[in-house]
Amino acid sequence: MPILEVQGLSKSYRQMGGDTTLAIGNITCAVEAGEFVSFVGPSGCGKTTLLMSIAGLLAPSSGRILVKGREISGPPPNLVLVFQEFNKSLFAWRSVLGNVRFGLQARGNRSREAEARARSLIELVGLKGFEKAYPWELSGGMQQRVAIARALAYGPEVLLMDEPFGSLDALTRLELEDTLLRLWAELRTTILFITHDIEEAIYLSDRIWVLSRRPAEIVEELRIDFARPRDQVTTRAEARFMELRNDIYQRISGEGGR
Amino acid sequence: MEQCHVRAGVAISMRESKLNGLLFLLGVLLVWELAARAELVNPLVVPPLSRILTIFYDLLGSGQIPMQILVSMKRALVGYLLAALVFIPLGILMGLHDRLYRSLEVVVEMLRPIPPPVVIPVALLFFGLEDTMKIFVIFFSCAWPILLNALDGVRHIDRVLLHTAQTFSLSRGKILWQVILPASSPQIMTGLRVSLPIMLILVVISEMVGSTDGIGYFILDSQRRFKVAQMYAGMLALAILGYGLNLLFNWLCNLLLPWQAGMTRRTE
Amino acid sequence: MNGSRNFNRRGWLLFAVLLLLWEIGSRSSPKLQLYLPPVSQILITLGDLLRAGEIVKHLATTLARFVEGYIFSAALAVTLGVLLGYFRFAHSLVEIVIEFLRPMPSVAIIPVAVLMLGIGDAMIVAVTVYASTWPVLINTIDGVRRIERTLIDTGRTFGLSGRQTLWRVILPAASPTIVTGLRVSLSIALILVTTAEMVIGSRGLGFFILDQERSMNGAAMYAGIVLVALLGYALNRIFLMFESRAMRWSNAMSARESL
Repeated sequence: MPILEVQGLSKSYRQMGGDTTLAIGNITCAVEAGEFVSFVGPSGCGKTTLLMSIAGLLAPSSGRILVKGREISGPPPNLVLVFQEFNKSLFAWRSVLGNVRFGLQARGNRSREAEARARSLIELVGLKGFEKAYPWELSGGMQQRVAIARALAYGPEVLLMDEPFGSLDALTRLELEDTLLRLWAELRTTILFITHDIEEAIYLSDRIWVLSRRPAEIVEELRIDFARPRDQVTTRAEARFMELRNDIYQRISGEGGR
Repeated sequence: MEQCHVRAGVAISMRESKLNGLLFLLGVLLVWELAARAELVNPLVVPPLSRILTIFYDLLGSGQIPMQILVSMKRALVGYLLAALVFIPLGILMGLHDRLYRSLEVVVEMLRPIPPPVVIPVALLFFGLEDTMKIFVIFFSCAWPILLNALDGVRHIDRVLLHTAQTFSLSRGKILWQVILPASSPQIMTGLRVSLPIMLILVVISEMVGSTDGIGYFILDSQRRFKVAQMYAGMLALAILGYGLNLLFNWLCNLLLPWQAGMTRRTE
Repeated sequence: MNGSRNFNRRGWLLFAVLLLLWEIGSRSSPKLQLYLPPVSQILITLGDLLRAGEIVKHLATTLARFVEGYIFSAALAVTLGVLLGYFRFAHSLVEIVIEFLRPMPSVAIIPVAVLMLGIGDAMIVAVTVYASTWPVLINTIDGVRRIERTLIDTGRTFGLSGRQTLWRVILPAASPTIVTGLRVSLSIALILVTTAEMVIGSRGLGFFILDQERSMNGAAMYAGIVLVALLGYALNRIFLMFESRAMRWSNAMSARESL
């Protein structure tokens, strides 16, 4: 059974003027446990709305989301969303350790193991030594790492990520991509990733869904077969990498505006 | 052609600036002393600084000034804390529930523009010259900054923060205690900080208009009895009190909101 | 925030209900009436007083003192503030003095002012000026200091003279902060005028209100308070009108940022 299923999801908004606008058209897809899948699409196509709906933070206008076969009606307990604006998502009043422990505390887990788990994750994301620092003291890349550690410490079965590296500089982005893959390999979480960076999606994923312009719909599904663990140099140098990239790029830019 | 020189680019160092300020202050104080002694200004109106300081010291030692300050502070703090106790929760509730906000909005907007001192005669009518009168006045005056800041603090919490709490499947109660309150606490503190001078001002005014003790009364009474140096001594005590309260508040702020200290420093 | 405010029916309803409770409660208890006369009586008294004309004189007195104090303090504070904000040296001299004087409640200056200026209009305007200068001064200094160096350099690249830099660059750039200070000082000025009138009293709304309290004329006292509140409200509105005209660019900018 797929760990996550989206069936006929659509979402529309009422605008200030009174007209309704359709953000998501009709999305149906399924994710298997342990997979790393990505949505790629042009800016403004409704990717964030899609992810928020899957995360249970927005009620769909039609369709349903199933997590492990059960329909959700609100944020499911074994699923966490990592937001793009990490600086607004981190709790300014908690240290790095405090933030990472947050999810566990929310579950009522205050034990020594919880703290140990938080600390190990802090180390895994490469922030050992910064446990007592406050978010404002950290760089953007470090903050996002805290957000990721916080989400993973919670131990979700499904991790949703909304363009997590979008506002970081190119080098930090590459670094975090590898960090993420490392974590994913070790923790065996299922990851659903959103990005507008085509090459990032190809580099990270097992499968990619290409989204159309607003209202978003899946226009293509691609399977990415590169060997794991992936490598920034060798994987990206493969001929197939460029082919996929061009294919997707043409697909996206070929999408007429609506 | 005029040339404006801004030495800011090569900023004056902090130490140099402090030194300048200190020297200037000493200079002003010296001029004061000399002018008063030389009777360039009427010493009955502006006594020499030395006389003021002497009297201040005496009054400090005799316990007069500390006692008056204690009396004033007792009233002031009771009113202030009551206002905090009532209006912080109210502000938070109004921030969380738009319906409540809309219901109370008109009443608040009607009461808010009333200049606080104008409430004093009302308080006099109800409570006479008792402490309760001053407590009421301060309660009323500090209400609005405290209420509005608490309200604003809650309303302006970023949606991403709330969504974050939700994605971790937090119950509503937990969201309130673990996210909303800490996130709005800086602004709540701002409301409390803004109300502090208001508290001080109103206790002084209410004592000048309707009291027989307290530092405000002391200052006015000294003037009426033409004990001018004593009047200035009272004002000095008041300034020190104000300064001290500020320090105390900032210390408390750093204690309660340790993460803020670094943040605000960085944005400067 | 919502742009178009639909009529707040619930809010006005609650307000009306409270007034009704006031009216009924007051009428039902003769003892309470001494302290809290019925709303209707207050309004009627207000009408009578306005017709009789005496209270209008008090209002005019208060208003005149307010306007004098406020305008003068604004001019003084902005001028001083720009100078201190721009010339770091001057500011470094005065900074400590400012930090010393700030925590002292400005109302404490009233006895000194009485000593120096007696108990007339001059004294009231003086204390008003003293108190109202602070917020504008502090804000102006702050606003000028925060002006980006690049802005001033841009002006100089275009060959602006000192005076032109002042009017075309510095004042506009610092104006949002200055205006905030002016708004705060508006309330402070009104507070000081009414307070001074209460403390030394011979004329003005502050004196009137206190005087009515002393004579146990509850309704007249409340009527005076209503008038002061209305005055404060009107002054605020006028200020907002000026502000929105003058600060259109800044308001648009911050509106966009808050989206």
